[in-house]
Amino acid sequence: MKWPAMGYARVESLDELWRALDAAGPEAQILAGGQSLLATLAFRLSAPSTLIDITRIAALKGVSVAGTVLRIGALTRHADLARDPLVARHAPMLAEAAPLIAHPAIRNRGTIGGSLALADPAAELPACVVALGATLVLASRAGERRVPAADFFQGLFTTALDAGEIITAVEVPVATATSRQTIVEVTRRSGDYAMAGLAAALEVDGGVVTSARLVFFGIGSGAEVARGASAALTGKALSAETIAAAQAALDGDLDPPTDLHGGPEMKRHLARVLIRRALTAYLAPTEQAA
Amino acid sequence: MTTRIDVTLTVNGERVSRSVDTRLHLVDFLRSELGLAGAHTGCEHGVCGACTVRLDGEPVRGCLVMAASLDGAVVETIEGLSDSGEILDLQEAFVARNACQCGYCTPGMLVTAADILTASPQATREEIREHISGNYCRCTGYQAIVDAVEDVLKARAAKREAA
Ligand SMILES: Cc1cc2nc3c(=O)[nH]c(=O)nc-3n(C[C@H](O)[C@H](O)[C@H](O)COP(=O)(O)OP(=O)(O)OC[C@H]3O[C@@H](n4cnc5c(N)ncnc54)[C@H](O)[C@@H]3O)c2cc1C
Ligand code: FES
Ligand code: FES
Repeated sequence: MKWPAMGYARVESLDELWRALDAAGPEAQILAGGQSLLATLAFRLSAPSTLIDITRIAALKGVSVAGTVLRIGALTRHADLARDPLVARHAPMLAEAAPLIAHPAIRNRGTIGGSLALADPAAELPACVVALGATLVLASRAGERRVPAADFFQGLFTTALDAGEIITAVEVPVATATSRQTIVEVTRRSGDYAMAGLAAALEVDGGVVTSARLVFFGIGSGAEVARGASAALTGKALSAETIAAAQAALDGDLDPPTDLHGGPEMKRHLARVLIRRALTAYLAPTEQAA
Repeated sequence: MTTRIDVTLTVNGERVSRSVDTRLHLVDFLRSELGLAGAHTGCEHGVCGACTVRLDGEPVRGCLVMAASLDGAVVETIEGLSDSGEILDLQEAFVARNACQCGYCTPGMLVTAADILTASPQATREEIREHISGNYCRCTGYQAIVDAVEDVLKARAAKREAA
């Protein structure tokens, strides 16, 4: 179906954005990469009165490091995440995640801010930012506030964003020598949304896991922190046994709904497989072979 | 509410100015306003890749770009890529390998494949598959398409070596 009739406004600064939002009223929506929003127009899943194009706002662009924080502007595209040297060095999980999102032509337009604002339960980036303990920087006419990623996502396509508020950036604590971060997923076809996926961030000091955050996607209503499995790893030496303990603890963590891909038991199985795949890479080579 | 926007952009090297309806995506704009019918639409929601064109040097889904947002943009379509000769070898390889049957997916395939040739000239067969995985071919010509792209990658690598 063709898109519905709607207004369009281009803004070049946050001040212009606040004015445009006021002028356009509550039915207006922000347009970033458009890779989800424009598709929903064709399906008539959304009917905004006006789209306000934020892609020319310079304040939302760029990736930088300040002290122990990597700041990623909301307009950073998935393709940029995949090739930015600062992202590769300081948040390798995000560089690894980007190629798992859709296809090259879509990654050239879709943005991290759009993906986080949408909060699709099968999306990679929401799970990543929760696993990495990132902070979302939100702004509105009233000013700026910072929300931990874990509190930002509130359920199926639901976030802590208030009306008239946007994501301006994501702040990620930079990886250190003890950080181990990875993302793994199972898809039917390359580029498809995951049937199940896992973003895993560990701190490993002298072979011992000092902290662990295992966050699943595609198996629930959003980025699902597996608390039991994460706790089962913490304080333990990483080994085949601790991986098995994390897998066993998982049953108490997950309550997957049935979706297009399958039922709860299949999702639980995939989740266990993903834990093994993600963590085996961090075992000593002799143990990996075992 | 204004539903028409003035835009000036460069399409296949020529500057064009139009007042466009906000309901138009880039492919409908190219086809209906400019008569460039090379880019096709299949699904119109980002899944099939038939609409792939180059925007500011990179492949994008033409059905997921608002024409109204394109003031100042540089667009290249299959017509532009053909006329410049940039992908002549790729087009010849598609013919030689019988990589297009009905041809519906071909413009999008070529724009996507042209991107691998420049972005990852060392791509393996597996990487070619991965790169074109977002472009559907209803005639199931994938094997031949991968063959054609692989031929061109190898031929261009050999040419670089010789130079
Ligand atoms: C075929 C296809 C396959 C895909 N596969 C995947 C996949 O495997 N994994 C995945 O994660 N995604 C996938 N996507 C979605 C894609 O990654 C989108 O780019 C992304 O979800 C939305 O980002 P966007 O910048 O395009 O946002 P838009 O589509 O422009 O916006 C999405 C929503 O976020 C709001 N918004 C945008 N930016 C901001 C901001 N800064 N602050 C507040 N609100 C904002 C918009 O108002 C809108 O409601 C796929 C899309 C397609 C078409
Ligand atoms: S028509 Fe654009 S992806 Fe199918
Ligand atoms: S050749 Fe017919 S769709 Fe690909």
